[in-house]
Amino acid sequence: MSEEKNITLIVTRQDDPESEPYKETFSVPYRQNMNVISALMEIRRNPVNADGEATTPIFWEMGCLEEVCGACSMVINGEPRQSCTALVDQLEQPIKLEPMTTFPVVRDLAVDRARMFDSLKKVKAWVPIDGTYDLGPGPRVAETKRQWAYELSKCMTCGVCLEACPNVNSKSDFIGPAALSQVRLFNSHPTGEMHKSERLQSIMDEEGIMGCGNAQNCVEVCPKGIPLTTSLAALYRDTALESFKSFFGSDR
Amino acid sequence: MAGSRGYVNRRLHSLLGVIPLGVFLFQHLTTNFFATRGPEAFNTAAHLIEGLPYRYVLEIFIIFLPLLFHGIYGVYIAFQSNFNVNRQGYFRNWMFVLQRITGILTLIFVAWHIWETRVAIGFGWEELNYQLMEDILTQPFFFWFYIVGILSVTFHFANGLWSFFVSWGITVTPRSQRIMTYVSLVVFLALAYIGVRTVIQFAYGV
Repeated sequence: MSEEKNITLIVTRQDDPESEPYKETFSVPYRQNMNVISALMEIRRNPVNADGEATTPIFWEMGCLEEVCGACSMVINGEPRQSCTALVDQLEQPIKLEPMTTFPVVRDLAVDRARMFDSLKKVKAWVPIDGTYDLGPGPRVAETKRQWAYELSKCMTCGVCLEACPNVNSKSDFIGPAALSQVRLFNSHPTGEMHKSERLQSIMDEEGIMGCGNAQNCVEVCPKGIPLTTSLAALYRDTALESFKSFFGSDR
Repeated sequence: MAGSRGYVNRRLHSLLGVIPLGVFLFQHLTTNFFATRGPEAFNTAAHLIEGLPYRYVLEIFIIFLPLLFHGIYGVYIAFQSNFNVNRQGYFRNWMFVLQRITGILTLIFVAWHIWETRVAIGFGWEELNYQLMEDILTQPFFFWFYIVGILSVTFHFANGLWSFFVSWGITVTPRSQRIMTYVSLVVFLALAYIGVRTVIQFAYGV
């Protein structure tokens, strides 16, 4: 590789949460096995755009660099995904980078995913075990259940499913598939199950399960391959039974 | 917590689409299909339905109230969505969009259809018989208006049946949902055939 090769990136930038977005083109020297993050790092090292003008370095977020933290999610060539696993060799040129539109932009490619963490709090995505004395070990989990529940635990709240969902937008209050799937995860846990009804009640409102429109984009785009639509369907069943029990009455 | 009203409304919207509206659609198309056996068979069938006891109660609670709720709330749901098939061109996403488009078309079609038949008959402007439908459907514009309307209604019902099975937790696994897709396709083709065949009978007498 003696020949000097360049890759082109078109980045949608925004200086602060209130200002108007604009596009800026960059030309970056190609290196082998480059990913989108290393291209962004290259621009940070030498913040000059394709017209040769000095500019501010691009702002983005990253953490683990191995697709388990979800921080570096952005829209790459129209597809919401993590930039750490977006390999330049596999991308069509010029590479178009945009921030995810479902979330408020902080600056350039960094977005504020706080709504996802608010949703996790809303649906009580935890197992309450705090107390004044040691409760001892909890009940064991059946191996078959552990296997599918483990898949649900891979969610890294990256926001890609919310970005792909046609029903998560400024016109609707739907919280999206990520937090809902966590309801199924914590309800499947033998100790978490003790609060099953509370979690189900928390998603039986305008923001919860019925906001889903069954477009099923979430399961297609999830980078961790989480069976989100199976989770949603299971919750449709659980909330239907919960409605029946809470209206007509049952021993809980 | 935003209160359970949104949840209950969505549940009701999903339920009413199949029970009673889907059941009524099936009944309505079947009764009209008598037209293929000739004007007399149609008139007998239509007059039997017209002469049902406590008919206004049936009409109000089985047809008009569910229809109003499902229609108006459905428009609210449809306009809450941001279509993104240009980015996510998956099969189910297309169905999602078509469900909303056919829903709006269905609302327009059904509103006009009720105006031109049930309301006109109610005010005594028209009489319920084979002739009424023949007069409407021999006009080329209304022939195509009815074809588009019937295809929209039957698609909206068949695909809605698929969503109903998911929304009520009947089909949970991807496999059962896929098989239900084929079932809903068959339901669509069958109902669309019944409807379109009847329209052709009224328009061309064959």
